[in-house]
Amino acid sequence: MSTLPPTRAGRRTRIALAGNPNTGKTTLFNRLTGLSAKVGNYPGVTVESEIGTLRLASAGEVELADVPGTYSLSARSAEEVLAIAAICGLPPLAPPDLVLLVVDATALTRNLYLALQVIETGTPVVIALNMWDMLASVGVEIDAAALARELGVPVVPISAQHGQGLDELRLALDRALAEPASARPDQRLVSESPLLREDIASAAAALPEDWRVEDPRRRDALALWALLSLDEHDELASAPKELRDVVLARRRAAADVGRELDAEIIRGRYEWIDAHAPRFLRTRAQVATSRTDQLDRVLLHPVFGFAAFLLAMGLVFQSLFSWADPAIGAIENAIGWFKALVVASLPEGLIADFVGDALIEGVGSVVVFLPQIVLLFLFIGLMEDSGYMARVAFLMDRLMKAIGLHGRAFVPMMSGFACAVPAILATRTMERQRDRMLTMLVVPLMTCSARLPVYALLIAALFPPSELFGFVPVQGLLMVGMYLFSTLVALAVAAVLGRTLFKGSSMPLLLEMPPYRRPDLRSVAAMVWRKSRVFLTEAGTVILACTVVMWGLLSFPRDAQGEARFDARASELAQAGASDEQLAELENERAAAALRHSLGGRLGRGIEPAIEPLGFDWKIGIGLLGAFAAREVFVSTMGVVYGMGGEVDDQTTGLRQRIQQESRDDGAPVYTPLVGLALMVFFALACQCMSTIAVVKRETRGWRWPVFLFVYTGALAWLCAFAVYQGGLALGLG
Amino acid sequence: MTSLDLLSPGTRARLVSIGGERAFRCRLMELGLLPGTALRLVRKADLGGVLELEVRGCRLTVRHLEARSLAVVPLEG
Repeated sequence: MSTLPPTRAGRRTRIALAGNPNTGKTTLFNRLTGLSAKVGNYPGVTVESEIGTLRLASAGEVELADVPGTYSLSARSAEEVLAIAAICGLPPLAPPDLVLLVVDATALTRNLYLALQVIETGTPVVIALNMWDMLASVGVEIDAAALARELGVPVVPISAQHGQGLDELRLALDRALAEPASARPDQRLVSESPLLREDIASAAAALPEDWRVEDPRRRDALALWALLSLDEHDELASAPKELRDVVLARRRAAADVGRELDAEIIRGRYEWIDAHAPRFLRTRAQVATSRTDQLDRVLLHPVFGFAAFLLAMGLVFQSLFSWADPAIGAIENAIGWFKALVVASLPEGLIADFVGDALIEGVGSVVVFLPQIVLLFLFIGLMEDSGYMARVAFLMDRLMKAIGLHGRAFVPMMSGFACAVPAILATRTMERQRDRMLTMLVVPLMTCSARLPVYALLIAALFPPSELFGFVPVQGLLMVGMYLFSTLVALAVAAVLGRTLFKGSSMPLLLEMPPYRRPDLRSVAAMVWRKSRVFLTEAGTVILACTVVMWGLLSFPRDAQGEARFDARASELAQAGASDEQLAELENERAAAALRHSLGGRLGRGIEPAIEPLGFDWKIGIGLLGAFAAREVFVSTMGVVYGMGGEVDDQTTGLRQRIQQESRDDGAPVYTPLVGLALMVFFALACQCMSTIAVVKRETRGWRWPVFLFVYTGALAWLCAFAVYQGGLALGLG
Repeated sequence: MTSLDLLSPGTRARLVSIGGERAFRCRLMELGLLPGTALRLVRKADLGGVLELEVRGCRLTVRHLEARSLAVVPLEG
């Protein structure tokens, strides 16, 4: 992680890369920086942004920061707040030295709205006129030189996808950095009515001093921005109250005399665009039905559209659960091999145990998810880049709305099937805090890939392969059932929370339908690479730390007397010529005794009264405690608990048998199918994931919501597991 | 004068006024759909309850519900 220093002094030159969504901004970013880009943190904003290095002939190495795509500078979603902070340089960020604005040439007038806003701030701007090669296909001609003259900033036609015009762009950036005045118009482009000037002056007077408002042009731009952006409830938590009060008062006063400030400000800019467009824009006759239209006729069709959508989802799931398998197996083998190699080279004892069971297994339990994470991001990337994602929101909106969720909640919910951490990050595109919170609180209920090993272990151990009605495999049915169950609970919880805690309407759906484009594989691959790296570092550190702590809890304190007794019995047995089996049996006993003595064992027995009504014993309790760090830890913890060593996964038949044989003091088996079902229900609902809690805390900036999430999912899990177990017993299924 | 949701697909119209809440109105206007702007209704999604419009060469979608608050005048041809 690199950190951007907040002040201008002593830092490298920084260019902010901004633009509307779907303009090929990220493709250009990758073209200009290669794979050198790192995910960095903006200090104080705690939102990542990708920062790459760009080499220019005379300016040398400069930083290029990829800013989230935005249609305007009036922030509504959390992502847009970051965009605004980065472009305008609101505290704690300093204004960038230059803004490189990507403009979609095929949708010029709409894109120029943001361009006008950015130019108004007084920061030097260079415009990259992207998709230049596609102008003919939409029947439009643009005079780039005339556009540059009208705007007063350099304009360079490029095609990011084909890498055309990039040398000219670098040259223009270099020149603009050397002569900032050449990348700024001499005067404000849009002029306001005298009435609006009064509003601007009054808002400008209320701007805080640390917004660097010495430059009158920047002061006016920020005042306009405040008049348009601030509202009673918005995402702009950092805006001072005095400014908000002034803005609200001006808006009310204007409304009283029949003026609408928003419309006046926005109209001013579009009037400028429409008045000047004839000088640089010529529209030829409309082209015949475009490819996008032909595709949409099928993909948005009420019947075929849904069929295509289900097919696409089927493909995603099939790949997540079966295509990823060989890669997961290979990673598991590699980790096992590496562990054996390392442990063999260490002297037997505590250190070898620690390195093998805690460190290597801990890292391994995270790396194992990589294939699924990579595939998921690959699909999301392809769907977004091709333009299909907007269609999905279009198709799903009615369903989501019926539940009280926003159409945009669909993507995070779907991502939740892989991992809640990236899914929660994906909620940033939502414009209303209510919609975003609601989605964030139900996403952890979706069956993430960490639950898979637990389900796989329990189903394989407790439900023998058989067929329902002679052809439906029961094991597969159970797995699908768990997915359905968790999804339905998530939707039900959203419906309840949306009508109670988060009353109010969700933001009206307003989406752009970008034309279909061939996805740029380079930028999709670069995105997958970066997101996977974030997952490995963010989730990795937490899971590793938890595995280490669990290992410590289960290994200490050691029972010296007990160990000595086992040593004595072992040598007795060996002298008596006991079989390997008997020796192994003794080792198991030794491990179980050590476990009972350990802190973890005591904790497990401590919580036993609370989980007994669910049919769980104290050993399962230890597994549950371990799983509160991360669910997949359950499988390896149960391996340790049952003295199998840490080297177990859901495929280990030994652990399955051990689970089948595990008995209570009275000889009855601990694990009945009913207990297994209750355990799976518990796992489906409880938010046993430190990384999720950590990410919710970071995104909501406080402990309130992560604690709420933890408590409500825990209570729900306990109640549902209780209902399953006690209900099953009452029906005589125990 | 009529409302956007009552137009049939393929019709061109001029926007007269936008109702609804402020955040929605602002966003629509910032996307270039101001009173006086010409638009074309591209399609209605029967299942989705969503309308697709063409404004300034870009495609936008709005819900049926909100489309009711957009007053339009159909244009000839």
